[in-house]
Amino acid sequence: MLAAEAAPTFEVSSWFFENVWLIPALPAASFLATLFVGKRLGKHVHFLGIAAVSAAFVLALATAGTWISKIEGHSESSGEHAAEFSNDNCHAGYQGGDDAHAEDDAHADDETHSDEESSAPASLAFAEAAEGEEEHHAKPLPVVCSYTWFESGGPADSGGADITWGTLVDGQSVMMLVVVTFISLLVHVFSTDYVGGDRRYTHYFAFLSLFTASMLFFVISASTIQMIVGWELVGVCSFALIGHWWEEKPNSDAALKAFLTNRVGDIGLLVGMIILFFAAGNTFDVLTINHAAVVGDIGHNTLLIASLCLLAAVMSKSGQFILHTWLPDAMAGPTPVSALIHAATMVVAGIYMVARLYPVFWDGLSISGSSINALAIVGGITCVFGGALAFVQRDLKKVLAYSTVSQLGYMAMALGVGAWTAALFHLFTHAIFKACLFLGAGSVSHACHHSFDMKADMGGLRKHMPKTFATFMIASGALAGIPPLAGFWSKDEILVGTGGFPGTDGNGTYTIVFIMGLMTAAMTAAYMTRAIWLTFFGTYRGHAHPHESGPRITIPLQILAGLAVVVGFLNVPKGLPIIGESFGLKFEEWFEPAGGSTFPVIGHAKPSVALAIIATSLALASGFGVWQYYKRLHAIDPKATEYTDSFVAKNAVVRAGHTLLVEKYYLDHLYTGIIAGATKGPLARAAYWFNQNVLDGIIHVVGKSAVGGGRFIYRFIDQGAIDGAVNASGQTASGSGQVLRRIQSGKVRQYATLMFGAATVLAAVFIVAI
Amino acid sequence: MTEFLNDWGITLMVFLPLVGVLAMMITPAEQEESHKAIALLTTVATAIVGVLLFLEFDFDDTSTLQFVVDRSWIDIVNARYSVGLDGISLPLIALTLLVVPLVIIYSWDHIPSPGNTKAFLILILVLHTGMLGSFVAQDLVLFFVFFEVVLLPMYFMIGVWGGELRLYAAIKFFLYTLFGSALMLVSFLALYWLTGSQTFNMVELANEVAKGEISSQTQWLIFGGMFMGFGIKVPMFPFHTWLPDAHTQAPTQGSVILAAVLLKLGTYGFVRIAIPILPEAAIDWAPIIGLLAVIGIIYGALGCLAQTDMKRLIAFSSVAHMGYVMLGIATMTPFGINAAIFGMVAHGLITGMLFFIAGSVKERYHTLEIKRLGGLLVQAPHLGWILGFCTMASLGLPGLAGFWGEFPAILAAYQPADGISTTLFRVYMVIAAIGTVLAAAYLLWLLQRTAFGTPSEEFADDPHIHDTSKFEWMAWTPLLILIVLFGFVPGLIFDITDSAVVQSLQALGATP
Repeated sequence: MLAAEAAPTFEVSSWFFENVWLIPALPAASFLATLFVGKRLGKHVHFLGIAAVSAAFVLALATAGTWISKIEGHSESSGEHAAEFSNDNCHAGYQGGDDAHAEDDAHADDETHSDEESSAPASLAFAEAAEGEEEHHAKPLPVVCSYTWFESGGPADSGGADITWGTLVDGQSVMMLVVVTFISLLVHVFSTDYVGGDRRYTHYFAFLSLFTASMLFFVISASTIQMIVGWELVGVCSFALIGHWWEEKPNSDAALKAFLTNRVGDIGLLVGMIILFFAAGNTFDVLTINHAAVVGDIGHNTLLIASLCLLAAVMSKSGQFILHTWLPDAMAGPTPVSALIHAATMVVAGIYMVARLYPVFWDGLSISGSSINALAIVGGITCVFGGALAFVQRDLKKVLAYSTVSQLGYMAMALGVGAWTAALFHLFTHAIFKACLFLGAGSVSHACHHSFDMKADMGGLRKHMPKTFATFMIASGALAGIPPLAGFWSKDEILVGTGGFPGTDGNGTYTIVFIMGLMTAAMTAAYMTRAIWLTFFGTYRGHAHPHESGPRITIPLQILAGLAVVVGFLNVPKGLPIIGESFGLKFEEWFEPAGGSTFPVIGHAKPSVALAIIATSLALASGFGVWQYYKRLHAIDPKATEYTDSFVAKNAVVRAGHTLLVEKYYLDHLYTGIIAGATKGPLARAAYWFNQNVLDGIIHVVGKSAVGGGRFIYRFIDQGAIDGAVNASGQTASGSGQVLRRIQSGKVRQYATLMFGAATVLAAVFIVAI
Repeated sequence: MTEFLNDWGITLMVFLPLVGVLAMMITPAEQEESHKAIALLTTVATAIVGVLLFLEFDFDDTSTLQFVVDRSWIDIVNARYSVGLDGISLPLIALTLLVVPLVIIYSWDHIPSPGNTKAFLILILVLHTGMLGSFVAQDLVLFFVFFEVVLLPMYFMIGVWGGELRLYAAIKFFLYTLFGSALMLVSFLALYWLTGSQTFNMVELANEVAKGEISSQTQWLIFGGMFMGFGIKVPMFPFHTWLPDAHTQAPTQGSVILAAVLLKLGTYGFVRIAIPILPEAAIDWAPIIGLLAVIGIIYGALGCLAQTDMKRLIAFSSVAHMGYVMLGIATMTPFGINAAIFGMVAHGLITGMLFFIAGSVKERYHTLEIKRLGGLLVQAPHLGWILGFCTMASLGLPGLAGFWGEFPAILAAYQPADGISTTLFRVYMVIAAIGTVLAAAYLLWLLQRTAFGTPSEEFADDPHIHDTSKFEWMAWTPLLILIVLFGFVPGLIFDITDSAVVQSLQALGATP
């Protein structure tokens, strides 16, 4: 509004924003192509997927670049730009009024008013940062292109519901578009070598494409129902890829477990989204829901219930304790799939969804000014409990899987304490270094006869595969939060954001989760040191001839490791030595939405040097401790992987704790054994017994008594007739010559008598009643 | 042309299959190929008439009955030959017109034992007329006649071409349904006499009832009669026990038609007849219908988990799926009833496909015992993947047709029509949502046990086990395409049904 006459110079930008649907459409097209002509391409089938994902990556970069240049260009010139869209379905920001007024009966009175309201934000492409912010960065409004999927209950303007789908471009989605396409591209390249010669190579790449398309479709969702669609589609791709080698039962078991556990969480997703649909006035539109939550159109209790429901969905999809159990089992799938789906992208869908509907959680869970809430505590518990499980794994991938659980806990915790940017930043850095770790684990197993058993088949591999070793070390350092690697910055921001450390000024004072986060920082360094020692140090214990992997495996690793070093600087605090004042908090500036209209006004904690030093020292100290443990062990026996007479074996309490971890807190016993077992065993059998014996039994018994009663009456009234009928059907029965049929035809009479008898009686009762 | 369609289009479409029947009657039974050709030709011709009607159909005005024909028929009871087409019946007619020719194509190399192609196909054509007639009838007596016409061919199909317990199943099916129809007829007659309007026309009856001359208690009873008639057909818990037996024993073609179309006669009856004519009683009945619907969802799913036979499992899944349809109807909101109609079509396509697959598995393995199957993906990869696809569709995966019948029904339960307990329906909503987990469980478990893994020794080297045949592909491809198409473009159905549904709920002061 302020400078509507300023030159609208963003034709190019709006092209990318309006056509962002192309990004998921490309891999979707490659999925179809792979499906229908893939077989003919044979071992070259991967080119379809690689070409499509490359193109999508370029488009995603261009979209993100345009978004960033809009912000940078804006903050330099401090002018206001009106966005102009060639597509009528597109607009910037929340279009106020429409839905609220549709419900009003007094249409005429509101007409002029609503015109004003809906036209105002459309021309206002930038929103001033809300008051109270230190820096005054105006941020571009999200660009939404919305299309009607279908209408129900009449057109929207006459009280019906307009079910839409569309694209929503803002900082969050452009960041995620780049992450998904980038990791997917590297995984595609990696896979050409890793699963080369697989029995279902075509099928593998088809599902990789479909997954990428579904994930991107989810990321750009402008409506919650579209999110549900994307959410489930990535789930089914995950199912298919976990069960890729379905000949072996454990693999298909893992696939089923993943799908079913997620379905449990989906109950929450469906119910939560339904509540928001009605609360926001019969709409699935994300911005409308967010706006309604921000301005207080939806009551606090409604938001609380909705956010708790959605939390269940986060717990299953994003592997939060206690619904995380499917994630480690999902490692049954091919390793590149684990890197893409079960570390970098799909599992963060829950985090992404919370970030997307943040106003709902912000108000619903009363994040601001509090010291505890459901999301933060679930995240905190997941951090610690997930991390603890990583200590007792023999399987390298499972260490990484539990580490992923633990890191996802960090992200959920960050969102729970109000550190939105820190959560997304950790999502971003984690995607990079965890993908590197998983692909590194793949490279290792490639060299070790496809085993992931660190104790039996690994050890001393650093000499045999130096490139894999180097990249794995860097990524582990990033995961453990060693400065200046990526994970250090993002993890530090989360710890700061809890407000649990004195002088950080978070949105609340979440002391308990802060301590959990700090514990996790120490644990992460320790279990990664253990994994690194068992894999790369000591003496080789396997029976293969380990060798470095080929370039299609090592180059993606090197790219990811390189990024794991640098991406942390995207969001360093301002005013650090060397870096200076001008560069800093770029991630926040680029990707965090402006508070006020569709996003809550959130505060940002102050960074603390003391906390950074404490966290880093803890990580280094615990890593060093583990290192010393294995070094001494190595000195005793070069091939040993654990002390035979250690305190674990001696102390009953420690042993019990160890067993608890090995048994994964007995959750699998509870789910698979007790809940699933009872449902498909006794419960299902009881229901079926009821069906066969009670419901059918009633019919049979009533039939028999009706026949009996009928006989009694008819014997005195018309014996001949009934005899004739019985004889006739008896002859039919013996004609068929089977005892079975005779029994059945006996039933015919019973039924006939019963049915007509009952019909007559009821009809008579009816007439009398009337 | 337009004029001809207006006057004769519907009549031609409904009775064309009987012309085929006449042609087949004068053809000797030995000429099996001719019978197949005539049957296919007839159903295709019927479908073409249907398509011509759809082309003439005014899609901007789906709430108005179109191509209406209203002639005197049985004057003594004022029953009239009154037919028409609107947005509620159109999707179901389209479904029928599609499924029956596909069943005939499938029959090309799948005539079930004991053979007799002629009689088998004649029965299918008679069924065709009965089903189409039920969906176009606007007069209760006419509807009733068509509703009953459907019964006999299906009885014979199960009783003659069925499995080992075919007689038991056929008779159970026949008498159970007949029992319901008897009560339904009582209700129809009650309406006729009590309104004093001397008409069986559905719209006129609705107007008459709206005048409020019938006490609400009586209305409740009349609705109850219809509830029995339609509820047994759906089937609703606890009147469903005929269904697993009928489905399991019926030949593949019979199961497909039964699942795809016949069950919908029940739900259609609620949407077309019971609710518009007796809206107040419908509101009173809604909590009961909703309760039985959600019991059906959970109970059907548990029943599925207990099954050891693939076909019986699919049959039980219909109880659960029709539970979602009935839940949508019980909300009495446009959202719910739109979802119900979508659910009917989706269930028709998906469960029809599943029965086709079960038939083809039986043909190859000569058993449907889940324990003995396994490794279908190894021996017949295409068939295995189609099974996987259909299980995904059946469990309500978004992006496929099943989702749009299920999710909006659950959604609608959050806020049912005025006068229905919101709290109660929110409980139903959560139960229905839990049902989606169980649905995934039994379907994926079925998939795992039949398609994954490796073939058992028994069948490992069986030369009979081949991949999808030409006729199977021809019969299935349209269904598979539509499952995806409706999944991504749900508006294809919702846009047709919506205004007609809103119209039918007018008496309730419809809100979305």
